[in-house]
Amino acid sequence: MPFSIDPIYILVLAGFVGFEIIKKVTPTLHTPLMSATNAISGISLVGSLVAAGSDHMTGQILGFVAVTAATINVVGGFMITERMLKMFKKKEKKS
Amino acid sequence: MTFLAEFIYIIAAVLFVVGLKRMNKPATARRGNQMSSIGMFLAILGTLIHFDILTPEYILIGMVIGSAVGVILARVVKMTEMPQMVALLNGFGGIASLLVGWAEYHKNPSADLYTAVTTFLTVVVGGLTFSGSVIAWAKLKEVMSGKPILFPGQQVVNAAVLLSVVVGGVIFSIDPANNYPIFIGLMAVGLILGVTSVIPIGGADMPVVISLLNSYSGIAGCLAGFVIQNTVLIVTGSLVGASGIILTNIMCKAMNRSLANVLFSGFGSVTTQGKSEKKGEVKSLSAQDAYMVLESSGSVVFVPGYGLAVAQAQHACHELASLLQKNGTEVTFAIHPVAGRMPGHMNVLLAEANVSYDLLKEMDDVNPTIDQVDVAIVIGANDVVNPAAREDKTSPIYGMPIINVDKAKNVIVMKRSMAAGFAGIENPLFYKENTKMLFGDAKAVLQELVSEFKKS
Repeated sequence: MPFSIDPIYILVLAGFVGFEIIKKVTPTLHTPLMSATNAISGISLVGSLVAAGSDHMTGQILGFVAVTAATINVVGGFMITERMLKMFKKKEKKS
Repeated sequence: MTFLAEFIYIIAAVLFVVGLKRMNKPATARRGNQMSSIGMFLAILGTLIHFDILTPEYILIGMVIGSAVGVILARVVKMTEMPQMVALLNGFGGIASLLVGWAEYHKNPSADLYTAVTTFLTVVVGGLTFSGSVIAWAKLKEVMSGKPILFPGQQVVNAAVLLSVVVGGVIFSIDPANNYPIFIGLMAVGLILGVTSVIPIGGADMPVVISLLNSYSGIAGCLAGFVIQNTVLIVTGSLVGASGIILTNIMCKAMNRSLANVLFSGFGSVTTQGKSEKKGEVKSLSAQDAYMVLESSGSVVFVPGYGLAVAQAQHACHELASLLQKNGTEVTFAIHPVAGRMPGHMNVLLAEANVSYDLLKEMDDVNPTIDQVDVAIVIGANDVVNPAAREDKTSPIYGMPIINVDKAKNVIVMKRSMAAGFAGIENPLFYKENTKMLFGDAKAVLQELVSEFKKS
């Protein structure tokens, strides 16, 4: 695939969106935030799936390992985030 | 790429952005996380449909195994172990990116310059993320010593490793088709780089390292997106990369150190003794005395540190806080950004112990009014409340933002002994006029206080 400027645009703009959003996250939630972004970075699963769909034996093995690793990342990450966020409760009654 | 798949990817990207946006406050965070996971589900579904890769069963087997392991890990992990778990998961993301780059190269070795460059960067950053995360995990899990590992000529070795990445990268990119061995070498060097860059970093600096590795895993994903020309990878990777960079920055600021200083100095390896000859007298008090003080105070601020988690004292701490509230005392928790082993760790531990999140205050919100607080209770924290950071220019932690508990009317410090904190720095707080030491295991001491309250 030849060089194209479009992905760079996307990279820069998405980076800015990321900065703006994350800056506003309360420090109270930094750990869940980190495990959520961690899960999202398991997006390489998409790449792994493409790689696993290869015709080459080696490509398939590499893809298989990648798919497994990325799935652990995604599933583990989202579930842990959910587990943590469930614990953040506000008590109604104030004595 | 078909229209449908691209369309699904756009929806996924929007869900990630909105999902992360909702993570900004506890009330909406759960929904945010759910939106992100739906986004991920769609992205995967779209990929499977588009590339028609449901057929080789081994892909599904990989996903099933991965899901099972992920579910188990998520279920069994204790909240105190969260930093190492995040490090480990991060590592899985890194290795996945590396393998994607490798598989792509293997499929099509005679790539053009652009693809060659992004491919080699993907495997280097992916490998670095993986091995760095594994080392961070081992340090946090205490499989290996949390102390910085330094050896003579370390900088030379690091420089050599970096240089070989650059040289190897250039050679590979010019002629990728005939340089498979160099490609393998680059992957190896990436893995080595992860090891050499994390071993000199001390256990107490782990919050920075985890944030940084988080960022790397995003960057690796993003690079992989360039290699396989996949927009959703680029978008998501840069979101995660940005997030990690912000958190890294916050952590560095909270320790008043530059990133370079954290990465290369091996802080904590040398026990720099801030010499304070003119020590005052240490005054200790019993749990009963502490009860008398607390019972009559109008406002109490708890300042928890990692020692609280080590002593598993979160629940006892919450119980005491509730009893104080019942007694009409205003209770808050002041959380230093680097309390715990990763950003926000202490908040999670307190949330687990059922502490209402509106009681958790940031350092900057507590400090302006701390002189009106009747009692500040320091539990298992040391350096983050050390006034030397404010007063003593010769102190190694001078300039680090601290919670100014010494300005409160009374300070009770719960501590096992008079031993210094991780950096081996004397804490003048312990000798101040308004400070009383309550020696003992944090959990036992807190429970004693709780029973004192219940007696009355």
